[in-house]
Amino acid sequence: MSLNINEIRKDFPILQRETSPGVSLVYLDSTATSQKPLPVIEAMDSYYRRSNANIHRGVHTLAEEATTMYEQARVKIAKFINAKSAHQIIYTRNTTESINLVAYSWARANLKAGDLVILTEMEHHSNLVPWHILYAERGIELDFIPVTEDGLLDMDAYRALLLRNPKLVSFTHMSNVLGTINPAAEIIRLAHEVGAVTLIDGAQSVPHLKVDVQALDADFLAFSAHKMCGPTGIGALYGKMELLESMPPFLGGGDMIKEVKLRSFRPNTLPHKFEAGTPAIAEAVGFGAAVDYLSSLGMENVAAHEHEITEYALERLEEVPGVKLFGPSAENKGGVAAFTLEGVHPHDVAQILDQDGIAVRAGHHCAQPLHEKFGIPATSRASFYLYNTKDEVDLLVNGIYKVKEIFG
Amino acid sequence: MDDLYREVIIEHYKNPGFRGHLEPHDIQFEDSNPLCGDHIEITLQTAEDGTVKDARFDGHGCAISQASADLLIESIIGKPVEDVKKLTKQDILDMLGIDLGPVRLKCALLSLKVLKAGVYGLGEASDSLVE
Repeated sequence: MSLNINEIRKDFPILQRETSPGVSLVYLDSTATSQKPLPVIEAMDSYYRRSNANIHRGVHTLAEEATTMYEQARVKIAKFINAKSAHQIIYTRNTTESINLVAYSWARANLKAGDLVILTEMEHHSNLVPWHILYAERGIELDFIPVTEDGLLDMDAYRALLLRNPKLVSFTHMSNVLGTINPAAEIIRLAHEVGAVTLIDGAQSVPHLKVDVQALDADFLAFSAHKMCGPTGIGALYGKMELLESMPPFLGGGDMIKEVKLRSFRPNTLPHKFEAGTPAIAEAVGFGAAVDYLSSLGMENVAAHEHEITEYALERLEEVPGVKLFGPSAENKGGVAAFTLEGVHPHDVAQILDQDGIAVRAGHHCAQPLHEKFGIPATSRASFYLYNTKDEVDLLVNGIYKVKEIFG
Repeated sequence: MDDLYREVIIEHYKNPGFRGHLEPHDIQFEDSNPLCGDHIEITLQTAEDGTVKDARFDGHGCAISQASADLLIESIIGKPVEDVKKLTKQDILDMLGIDLGPVRLKCALLSLKVLKAGVYGLGEASDSLVE
């Protein structure tokens, strides 16, 4: 089934706005954060209007309602990624916090000096810095699966790295710059052959592809609500039950305990063991509504639409003299087009496009090592989601021609 | 729009008059804007009377950062170093002749930050130098 994009666009009030009088918004920055559809906005609004209370342990009506809504959202999220149990979904603030949870809890309990952690050269800073911290603190070793010239992971080099018996392989499922969709199932299968645990950074994949943790045999999966039509301030960590159960608590406080004495505590069961303090309740409700929204459209359809837009965008951008695209061809790529324009800094490109209401991002997109690898300080990045159209791609291309004119 | 990309900015970006590196120099400083990777190095020779004898900038980045560096260097040659220390954000904005939002302001002010850290002999360029 193909999506009716005009109908979908009506669900996103922000897409109707103008950035200045007479200039309509062309939002091509969903890789940074997606826009929010009405069902998400309304669910959060209604939660605050009708049901707001602190969750768990309250017995009054509102506390019951709020707790139910908070936990129902968890069930929806579990179903969305095909987790066996909702207890395997830990609410966090975002992907970054999910990865840090694994680094602080699992890794500190399981890694010692000299243990090898394999990452890739295309990681976002959120899947680099937590491991840098552990390297400095503990002397773990880090090595990296190289990225080839066309933006793919060098799987032969990965196989060679695996001979060194890594304890953990932590990798992005989809690059936020190159758009590369990495072969997660194969990466995990090979890691398991040598007994390594795996962590998928799903910040870009879960919003755009059907991600099935059981089919992938994923050990950990980290993702954020705000990139998949949900609110900021909430994300999730999925983990295999035996891993999560064996892990010590991360943050201490209310809700993560079963019993507290003056000098000791007993941790709560999953998932609460990892959810200290009053959580982002309205955001969890919004997260649940976002998952419902995406499920109602069908992730296969979302992915198919984005593929069509991306293919068209790459084709159009390639025609523009002076434009250099980064990353693989459309078949291995999500809805991301990172590019440079000869003689013009990406910031200037983004600024001039903004005058026509076109929102793209410019910079290193929190992937500085990857940009260094390609020998460039920054790129401009247009990214596409379920609400983007071919007309918007045309506006982008016209805008780039305008940039070229200004810079003569 | 074309406000932001006034001809003077495009002109100084494409054909800078003061791009280069002085050897020898009395003052050298460099810094980057981590958000966008703009990078500026300034080298400066001082005269015995306490004025700037010559100066150059080098680096890479957006039109705003590079044009403002060129305009800034042009404006300080022959000036007393003590006056250079007193330059402010507003002086840069007056030279560029545009208003900038908070993100692009960092681009425009990078060269002044580098210059002031250099003439004050500081170890590190701080944003407070250009506020």
